[in-house]
Amino acid sequence: MAERWVGSTITAMAAALREGRVTAVQLLSEAIAHRERTDSRINAFLARTDELAERQARAADERIQREGAAAPVLCGIPVALKDVLCLDGVATTASSLIIEGFLPPYTGTAVQRLLDQGAVVVGKTNCDEFAMGSSNENSAYGPVGNPWDVERVPGGSSGGSAASVAAGVVPYSLGSDTGGSIRQPAALTGTVGFKPTYGRVSRYGLIAFASSLDQIGPFTNTVEDTAHVYRAIAGHDPLDSTSSTAAVEDPLETLHEGVAGMRLGVPSEYFAEGLEPGVRARVEEAIETLRSLGASIEEVSLPSTDAGLSTYYILAPAECSSNLARFDGVRFGKRSEEASLLRSYLATRGAGFGPEVKRRIMLGTYALSSGYYDAYYRKAQKVRTVIAGEFARVFEQVDALVCPTSPTVAFTQGAREDPLAMYLCDVLTIPVNLAGLPGISLPCGLSEGLPVGLQVIGPRFQDARVLRVAHAYEQASGVTALRSPMVAEAAAA
Amino acid sequence: MARMTLSRDDVAHVAMLARLGLSDDELERYRHQLDAILDAIGRLNEVDTSSVEETAQVGGLVNVWREDEPRESIGSERALANAPDRDDGYFRVGAIQE
Amino acid sequence: MTTQQVESRGLEGTGYEAVIGLEVHAQLLTRSKMFCGCSTAYFDAPPNSNVCPVCLGLPGTLPVMNREAVEKTVLTALALNCEIPPFTKFDRKNYFYPDLPKGYQISQYDLPLSRNGFLEFAVDGRTVRAGVTRVHLEEDTGTLKHAGDLIHEATSSLVDLNRAGVPLMEIVGEPDLRTAEEAREYVTRLRQVLMYIGVNDGSMERGSLRCDANVSLRRAGASEFGTKVEIKNMNSFRAVHRALDYEIARQLQVLQSGGTLVQETRGWIETEGRTVSQRSKEQAHDYRYFPEPDLPPLQLDSAYVERVRGRLSELPDARRRRFESQYGLSAYEAAILIASREDADVYEGLVSAGVPAKLAANWQIGDVARLANAHHVPLHRSGLGVAGLAALLRLVDTGTINGTTAKELLDELYIPGGDPLAVVSERGLGQVNDAGELGTVVGEVIAANLKAVADFRGGKEQALGSLVGQVMKATRGRADAKMVNALLRERIGG
Ligand SMILES: [Mg+2]
Ligand SMILES: [Zn+2]
Repeated sequence: MAERWVGSTITAMAAALREGRVTAVQLLSEAIAHRERTDSRINAFLARTDELAERQARAADERIQREGAAAPVLCGIPVALKDVLCLDGVATTASSLIIEGFLPPYTGTAVQRLLDQGAVVVGKTNCDEFAMGSSNENSAYGPVGNPWDVERVPGGSSGGSAASVAAGVVPYSLGSDTGGSIRQPAALTGTVGFKPTYGRVSRYGLIAFASSLDQIGPFTNTVEDTAHVYRAIAGHDPLDSTSSTAAVEDPLETLHEGVAGMRLGVPSEYFAEGLEPGVRARVEEAIETLRSLGASIEEVSLPSTDAGLSTYYILAPAECSSNLARFDGVRFGKRSEEASLLRSYLATRGAGFGPEVKRRIMLGTYALSSGYYDAYYRKAQKVRTVIAGEFARVFEQVDALVCPTSPTVAFTQGAREDPLAMYLCDVLTIPVNLAGLPGISLPCGLSEGLPVGLQVIGPRFQDARVLRVAHAYEQASGVTALRSPMVAEAAAA
Repeated sequence: MARMTLSRDDVAHVAMLARLGLSDDELERYRHQLDAILDAIGRLNEVDTSSVEETAQVGGLVNVWREDEPRESIGSERALANAPDRDDGYFRVGAIQE
Repeated sequence: MTTQQVESRGLEGTGYEAVIGLEVHAQLLTRSKMFCGCSTAYFDAPPNSNVCPVCLGLPGTLPVMNREAVEKTVLTALALNCEIPPFTKFDRKNYFYPDLPKGYQISQYDLPLSRNGFLEFAVDGRTVRAGVTRVHLEEDTGTLKHAGDLIHEATSSLVDLNRAGVPLMEIVGEPDLRTAEEAREYVTRLRQVLMYIGVNDGSMERGSLRCDANVSLRRAGASEFGTKVEIKNMNSFRAVHRALDYEIARQLQVLQSGGTLVQETRGWIETEGRTVSQRSKEQAHDYRYFPEPDLPPLQLDSAYVERVRGRLSELPDARRRRFESQYGLSAYEAAILIASREDADVYEGLVSAGVPAKLAANWQIGDVARLANAHHVPLHRSGLGVAGLAALLRLVDTGTINGTTAKELLDELYIPGGDPLAVVSERGLGQVNDAGELGTVVGEVIAANLKAVADFRGGKEQALGSLVGQVMKATRGRADAKMVNALLRERIGG
């Protein structure tokens, strides 16, 4: 039987659940069927949580029966979780061998908030190991295929979360974004990917890569769906000291207010050499669409954009070198037993981490080590101040920024073996993390048959404004209809 | 800024600090890759930071604390459930001194 | 090598002086751990039972600061006369060890919670002021058990994380100490202060108070330091004294025999009475400190600091001075009575319950201390308690009972408790001081001891004592000794 709900949205599913046109149990079985149809090609899923999901779906159906329209929007809707998010009793690997078999004895806050809403978890998604990468090729469990062309990468590090939505398996998923790990794969898979303001979503339960940069956020098919998920997961958490206590504005209230009269900045440095012409063309068209909707478009400058990459590749590895020290084979994970503790440490970590993770641990350890701290770490922290300051000044002139998310469309697997070439993938997304800003990527058309992402960036805590701009563009352009070929397979089945 | 290229000893020292057991091949590969990355990172020095404070966090929060109230522990069975090696309620590790 | 005894401040006659700085780690008396809600009552708990995802260092967990731990550290810093800078932060100290779950210790590096303080204490009647470089806040590690107890022989070790994350202060002293004696007195006074202000339980045996030392020797009068040796594993005051004495003598001997010292860490081996090098094969530490990204910094403004200062109770030195002036006590008595806050509180409890200051002091220092020692129960936790002792001493003060009776009653009631007044009246133990009643007894004693009476009249003053004794015996010790004396002299002359 053809799956009717594959590729649908949270909003549509939620309405149908309330009107009795579908049940959560049916949505789940469609999701599982489509997951099994596609996953041999895209490898988006690691742990499958079907038994848990069955229980959750039945509970959600009862809740919708009981509460009707008052039931939370996400109640009964299937979701996939990036495998760096801890869920009590469910294998969590961070796509690494080093904690194969690890069953967290607790659930992270963002995930718990989804569960409280009645979410139905269909599995944990593949990603770059410990969220380090831009192509999802750095997974110990194999690469993820892009649903638009399985020979191509889905982007990374949240490649599996992006692909699971792009393929139509789930209407939404959670990822994490440290230097673009939500927005860049969203761009490459034609999905909507949102990184909230740093501090908006609790990091408790997110296996840390770089603590001062990491933020959890959703992948969806529409900006409105993103607003729903954001509303569910955002807000203060006493278990995360860096989580903001400021009240969360409701993005749905302002979502439809449009961009007429808004000042939108176009940072010239984001259109530099290395930007594919097709990407440039789609993004410029998108900017014209926004102008036609009444926004005033202003060219602005963020001169230190280039230095962002260097800053990031000091700060993030430095933090990761420390964050990953706990993977020592003592309390959890896999240990390579040797004659002494020191040799066990060396063997466990040498064998357990993949090449990119080891490279970043080495880089970060070096940057923090005696004699180099000032030249690298301290210098990078100062440049971070400069970059944040440039954004702050620009936001005195404009309400939001619009620019490309990724300089390129999805590239072929194996095409970027040089680490430095791979690092360039994130040149347009990293500065947002360094400054702690909210940023979204949403589809703005195709180039060479592959999705292109438009990035909207706002000032800190103006998450709702970012969604409003994105929504205005999305409604005007009609790209909500952009769906990967895999979605259609369900209807054909 | 002129930078000395990394020696094999430098890389081995960093690997030891990070407790990463690397093969000779890996050491050599990382030596080249880290050198290339550090060269690229040299771009940082193009940014004037002479009158700039460091940013460690962007949240702007201060004095975030909790009250001194004990909470239930998870118990030793759950604590030890993921241990690669355990003994009588303890995590066990190999000989600390070589 | 043989150990020379070195007692004086300047190592007189050798041309050298010792330079000692102490680093004390003190666990804070909070109810929950530094960064999670686990209880701090880890001692004697089954292994790994006092843990949660946070203090186990599980992936994805985050620290949240214990407000009371910060406040108690500030309190300590104020008691040690430190400055509290308006901005302080936490840093990560990175190293691998199985008792350190996260692979880093959350500590403080370049911007500690406090700095530039001092501690004063007396050595041989001399007041020594030793600088306190800084007091900072960090988290304790777990504990290790080595098969066979010896780390260098063990083929495996066992990790218990119950202690991991207990709030820990690091109190770094300036290298202002010159003798082992001074070092011991520094730790003694520091412990007293920490216990006074209620931030630490003072137990070196349990490890809630731990002390390391840096020791070097230099030419007397020189301003630069000699080669520094770090001494670890001194688990008692006596160990501090002995270990430093030993180490100073060892270094002196090396220098005097023309040798050179190496900068190293040495462990004190109590049973062998010597320090041994702990040089391991592991290369030099490089802790790669950097600001802890999971914890926002602290901004403690002066209003906060003043509020904490308001919590600061009277410190031992001030209390001793007040005891001398307010209660007319000798320096010796005052020093004993303020030794702990509990003792001093007991004393003031007695006085405020109407016991004269001197009487209270005599009893507390004498018989009460004796009983507390014998029973291992301090007065305030005995059955008799402060109120019971006060009642007993009021009976002494009013002359209702004499000292002998009081002492017997104290012995009897110390553990079970009881109302001294009720016991006295029930058993008729009240002092006999009625002139008529005593006069009769005195008359009978004189009649029965004519030889003693004659001796006394013949100039043998001691003979009176034996007559008094007879009267006391006849009254079963209840007679008012002063009155008995007077009556005897009146009757037999002299
Ligand atoms: Mg310390
Ligand atoms: Zn805990």
